[in-house]
Amino acid sequence: MPERRKVVVVGSGPAGLTAALYAARAQLSPLVIEGEPSSTSDQPGGQLMLTTDVENYPGFVDGITGPDLMGIMRAQALRFEAELRSGKVSRLDLSASPFGVWVGDAGADDPTLHADALIVATGARSLMLGVPNEDRLLGYGVSTCATCDGFFYREQHIAVAGGGDSAMEEALFLTRFASKVTVVHRRKELRASKIMQERAFANPKIEFAWNSVVTEILGDTKVSGLQLQDTVTGEERQLGVTGLFVAIGHIPNSALLEGQVDLEANGYVKTFEGTTRTSVDGVFACGDVQDHYYRQAITSAGSGCMAAIDAERWLEARGE
Amino acid sequence: MSDKIETLTDATFDEHVKSSDVPVLVDFWAEWCGPCKMISPILEEIAQEQAGKIRIGKLNIDDNLDVTRRFDVMSIPTLILFKDGEPRVRLIGAKPKGQLLEEISAYL
Repeated sequence: MPERRKVVVVGSGPAGLTAALYAARAQLSPLVIEGEPSSTSDQPGGQLMLTTDVENYPGFVDGITGPDLMGIMRAQALRFEAELRSGKVSRLDLSASPFGVWVGDAGADDPTLHADALIVATGARSLMLGVPNEDRLLGYGVSTCATCDGFFYREQHIAVAGGGDSAMEEALFLTRFASKVTVVHRRKELRASKIMQERAFANPKIEFAWNSVVTEILGDTKVSGLQLQDTVTGEERQLGVTGLFVAIGHIPNSALLEGQVDLEANGYVKTFEGTTRTSVDGVFACGDVQDHYYRQAITSAGSGCMAAIDAERWLEARGE
Repeated sequence: MSDKIETLTDATFDEHVKSSDVPVLVDFWAEWCGPCKMISPILEEIAQEQAGKIRIGKLNIDDNLDVTRRFDVMSIPTLILFKDGEPRVRLIGAKPKGQLLEEISAYL
């Protein structure tokens, strides 16, 4: 028999945990399915588990590490007796409330849980380049996490693909280990915030390969270089690096909702403006899975709070 | 750490791995690695449950660069299963218990 819950939260990043905190304080006994151990962003705690210093989360004047911040959010949700459970949601049935939530085996006849209200906070994951040898060399010179793997590139020349804040952050972090970091960006201008751009330009270890895209990752058993193409002239050249960190952007983890909830063309969950309500009554979306524009920990946390309040009022209106 | 998980070092690695009559699963880890800490309790459980069928050893990469480089470990956690002293399976990144067991099941 599926376990029946008033509120189930899928995901345990800032959005999920803030939703859990508020729902717990509203006496809704929320259950968070927090993900499973992994080295990517789908682990409990979400994307911040892969970062070091978070300097722009208000309330932490000296900054705090991503894992520490998530640890605090987790403890806070637990303090008010939100239930956090390890597991990965593999399937959803959103045809009617109570919604079916499968944790683990998606092929099981019955869902693991029945949720009166569902809060989706599954976040986003790193976009990969999709070039030859990227998959094969992942972990052998190709990485999506500078803080996890930077250590192994001491005194080496490595590359970071990307032009946004994540790419700048990764490049700057990697200068602690690498002898040289080449930022490979497809345009002539970065889209990173001004302050991050300035820091990157000022760092003597960072150089830029402008108007360049990676067309192939080279290497037999590990990365030995990159095939680059100039986006203006079409010229090809090789860059000899022993590591490539991919930081080109993110895609929302909305596959679970495909065909059941309205999504934007780019996969982000559509919500009614100013709320976390989705096209399905009783399903609320918060955090990076529905926010393509701001994508900050603090805006995710904020929308998590909104989701809990939206869910609470929705349940009240139904007389629960 | 339980008595079932052995601490391996550059100096003791070969002896431990080659002399074992059962497969040895080596966990390359570091203090500053979050995902490494996440799989630590999972490895403890496996060590207890599969005692006699497999041995689990931990190698701290900060202190043991020789073995780390020898096996081209470039990302942690990396788990390498050794049988008869030779690396047979390499797992990169933290994984849930079920998946870990599945990957090494052929050697259990």
